[in-house]
Amino acid sequence: MSAVAQAPSGTTGPARRKGGLNEKHGQWAVWLIGPTLLALAIVIGYPVVSAVIQSFQSDAQHIDPTTGALVGGGFAGFENYLHWILQQCAAGGKTIACAPGTLGASFWTSIGNSLFFTVVTVVLETVIGFWMAIIMNRAFKGRALVRAAILVPWAIPTAVTAKLWYFIFASAGIVNAVIGAKILWTSDEWASRFAIVIADTWKTTPFMALLILAGLQLIPEEVYEAGKMDGAGAFQRFFRITLPLVRPALMVAVLFRTLDALRMYDLPAILTNCGGGRGDATTTLSCLVVDQVRQGYSSASALSTITFILIFVVAFIFVRFLGANVVQTQANQQKGILR
Amino acid sequence: MRTKRLVLTAGIALVGLALAGCSSSSGGGGGGTDTSGHGPITYVQGKDNSNIVRPLVAEWNAAHPKEKVTFKEQSDKADQQHDDLVQHFQAKSTDYDVVAVDVVWTAEFAAKGWLQPLEGDLKLNTSKLLPATVAAATYNDKLYAAPETSDGGMLYYRTDLVKTPPKTWADMMKDCSIAKTAGIACYAGQFDKYEGLTVNASEAINGAGGKVLTKDGKPDVTSAKAKEGMQNLVDAFKDGNIPAEAITYNEEAGRTAFESGKLMFLRNWPYVYSLAKTDASSVIKDKFDVAPLPGVDGIGASTLGGHSWGVSSYSKNKGTAHDFLEFMLTEKTQKFFASKSLAPVLTSLYDDPEIVKAQPYIPTLKESILSAVPRPVTPFYPAVTKAIQDNAYAALKGTDVDTALKDMATAIDSASS
Repeated sequence: MSAVAQAPSGTTGPARRKGGLNEKHGQWAVWLIGPTLLALAIVIGYPVVSAVIQSFQSDAQHIDPTTGALVGGGFAGFENYLHWILQQCAAGGKTIACAPGTLGASFWTSIGNSLFFTVVTVVLETVIGFWMAIIMNRAFKGRALVRAAILVPWAIPTAVTAKLWYFIFASAGIVNAVIGAKILWTSDEWASRFAIVIADTWKTTPFMALLILAGLQLIPEEVYEAGKMDGAGAFQRFFRITLPLVRPALMVAVLFRTLDALRMYDLPAILTNCGGGRGDATTTLSCLVVDQVRQGYSSASALSTITFILIFVVAFIFVRFLGANVVQTQANQQKGILR
Repeated sequence: MRTKRLVLTAGIALVGLALAGCSSSSGGGGGGTDTSGHGPITYVQGKDNSNIVRPLVAEWNAAHPKEKVTFKEQSDKADQQHDDLVQHFQAKSTDYDVVAVDVVWTAEFAAKGWLQPLEGDLKLNTSKLLPATVAAATYNDKLYAAPETSDGGMLYYRTDLVKTPPKTWADMMKDCSIAKTAGIACYAGQFDKYEGLTVNASEAINGAGGKVLTKDGKPDVTSAKAKEGMQNLVDAFKDGNIPAEAITYNEEAGRTAFESGKLMFLRNWPYVYSLAKTDASSVIKDKFDVAPLPGVDGIGASTLGGHSWGVSSYSKNKGTAHDFLEFMLTEKTQKFFASKSLAPVLTSLYDDPEIVKAQPYIPTLKESILSAVPRPVTPFYPAVTKAIQDNAYAALKGTDVDTALKDMATAIDSASS
C-alpha cells in the first residue's frame, strides 16, 4: 500500500469505511470481481469490439472468372456505414441508389418500423399494465393466483407465441371467423403492423404490470391516508401521490421495454416473415441484421453497430433526462427530496 | 487509488482488444489436396425425422469396421443447417467430412472453396443420374457434390371437377370457371414472402421460356418471356383466379386449403400426396391426382428441390468419403430412399414397377424433374433470392410488373458486386 490514501471528495466526519483500491478489503474486491469482469470482457467486450473492427472490412466479393472462386475483402473504411445510411449499393461497377429487393433499400423503413413498434407497444403496455397493477394491488380473494396466472403470457417463449398468433391471424383463422371479415393480417400493410402490436402487447403487458406492481407496493399506506384526510379525491390521489412515487419503478420498466422493443426480431420474423405491405411493412432493424448476416458479415456488423448506437442513445436519453435511475431517485425520495 | 483503477480498466480493455486482434481473417482456398485418406468420417445432415439415414449408416459400419461413419444431426430448419455448416467451414474444421447441402447452397460453398471438386480420384459416375440434379450440383463446370435426393413441383388437381389436367397455363385459367361454379378457389401456390415465392416466381418465368440468370450469372428477368411469366401470375391475382388470401400461403397453408376441398388446383411438392390420401381431415382423399406443372407452351418448368452430398475440403479422409458417396448412390440405397417417399436420383428407378405401385405420383414426378430448371446457380444465392422474393411480392401486391422486374434485375446486379 504505497500511495497515500486520498480523502474522497465531500465526506468528512468519523472514520467511515470507504471503499477504495488502497484499503485492504478494496484489494480483496479486485481479486473477487476480477475474474467476473474478465469473463464479461471476453463474452461481451470482445464480440462488440470485434464486430466494430469487422464493420470496417469489406464484403465485396468478386468471382474469379477462371476458378470460380470468390475473391475480395480488405479494408473498407466507412463504406459499409454509408451503404446503410445513404442507401447506396454497387451495381455493375457503379454506385447507385439501392433498388427494392436489396436490404439497403429497407434501412430507413426499418428504422421507422422499429420506432413505430416501440412507441405504440410501450405506450399501450404501460397504460394497460398500470391498470392491471392497480387492480392487483388491492386485497381480494385469489389475488395470489391472479398474480401468478397473469405472468403466463410472458413466460411462453416468444417464438411459440408468434406461431400461435400466426395461426390465430391466418386468413382462415379465428380472428377472421369471429369478426366476419377477410382481413389479411399477415400481409396487408397496416393489418400486419397491428397484428404485431397486438401480439407483443399481449405478451409483454404482464411484465410491465408486475414491475409497476412492485413500485406500487413500496408506497406506504400512510401517505394515502394523509391524502384522504386532507380531502384529496381519487384522481388527485392518483396524479399527486401514486404517479410521482411509482415513477422510479415505472421509468425503469419503460426503459427495459423500450430497449427490448427496439431490438424486436422473433415476432415479426415468425408472424409475418418480416414482410407485409409491399414487402417491408414489418421489417425491423434486427430483421435486416439477420438477413444481412447470410449475405455478408461486414455489412451486418456495420448495421449491428448502428443499431447499438441507436439503442444506446435512447437509453442515454432515458437515464439522463427522464430519470430512469432507481437507486438514486429512491434514495432521494427516502431522504425527503421528491425529485 | 485512481491509478490502480485506471490500470485495471486499461488492462481489461487491452485484453479485449488483443483477443479481437487475434481473430483470424476469413481465408479462401480449400484445405489439403490429399484425396486418398481412409479412416473414420463424420456425416452431417439435418434432422433424420423418418429414420432413413441411420439404417444406412449402420449397414456401412457393419461392412467397414475400420472406416466407421459417425452420423451428426443438425436442426431441422434449413437456415440453421446452413449457418452451422458455414461456421464449421469458416473455422476450417476437420470435424465434418461428408455434408448434406441443399441444392441452392452448392455454388456458394464451392465458390468459397469449402467443397472438394469430385474429380480425379474422387470422380463419380453420374451417367445414370437425373441430368437436372447433376446440373444443380455443378459449379463452374466441375461437379462439387453428389446428388442425393430430388424434389420437383407438381400440380395437384381435383378429379371430380376436372377430367383431364390442363396442359398449359391458359387452359388452367379457362378451367377456373368450373371452380367458380363449384364455389371454391381456383389455383394457389406459395406466394408469401419467403423462399417458396422464389420457387413459384422462377417456375412462372422459366415456364414461359424465360430465364432468371444467364450463364454468366447476369440477370435476365427483363426479357419479354420473363415478363410474360410474371404477368400471368399477376393477372391471375387480379382476375381472382388466385384467391386474395393466397398471398399469405406457404406449403402447409396451401395443403390445408386443398385438403379441406376449398381449392381446385394446387402447386406443391410430392410430400402432400400421401398426406392428402391419409389425413383424417382430408375431404378429398379419393378425389385428386397429380400432373406436371403447366407452362405457357406446354409442360412447365418445375423448380428443382432436393439435397446433394458434398465432401469438405478440410476433411482428412476424402477416400472414405468418396466410397461412402458411391455406396449412397447404389441402386439398393436409392431404392430404400424411394420406399421412404424421397425422390431418388437414379433415372432407372422411376420406371421400376415396385416403386410406382408404392408411390403412384412417381411417373408424374419423373416428368416434372426431367423438365426441371434449377434455381439460380450462384454463390450469392441469399442476396439473389431476396431480390427475386421482394420484387415478385411487390408485383403481386400491385407494383407495375415492368418496374418490379427492372428492380429485380438491379437488385440481382447489386447482389453480385
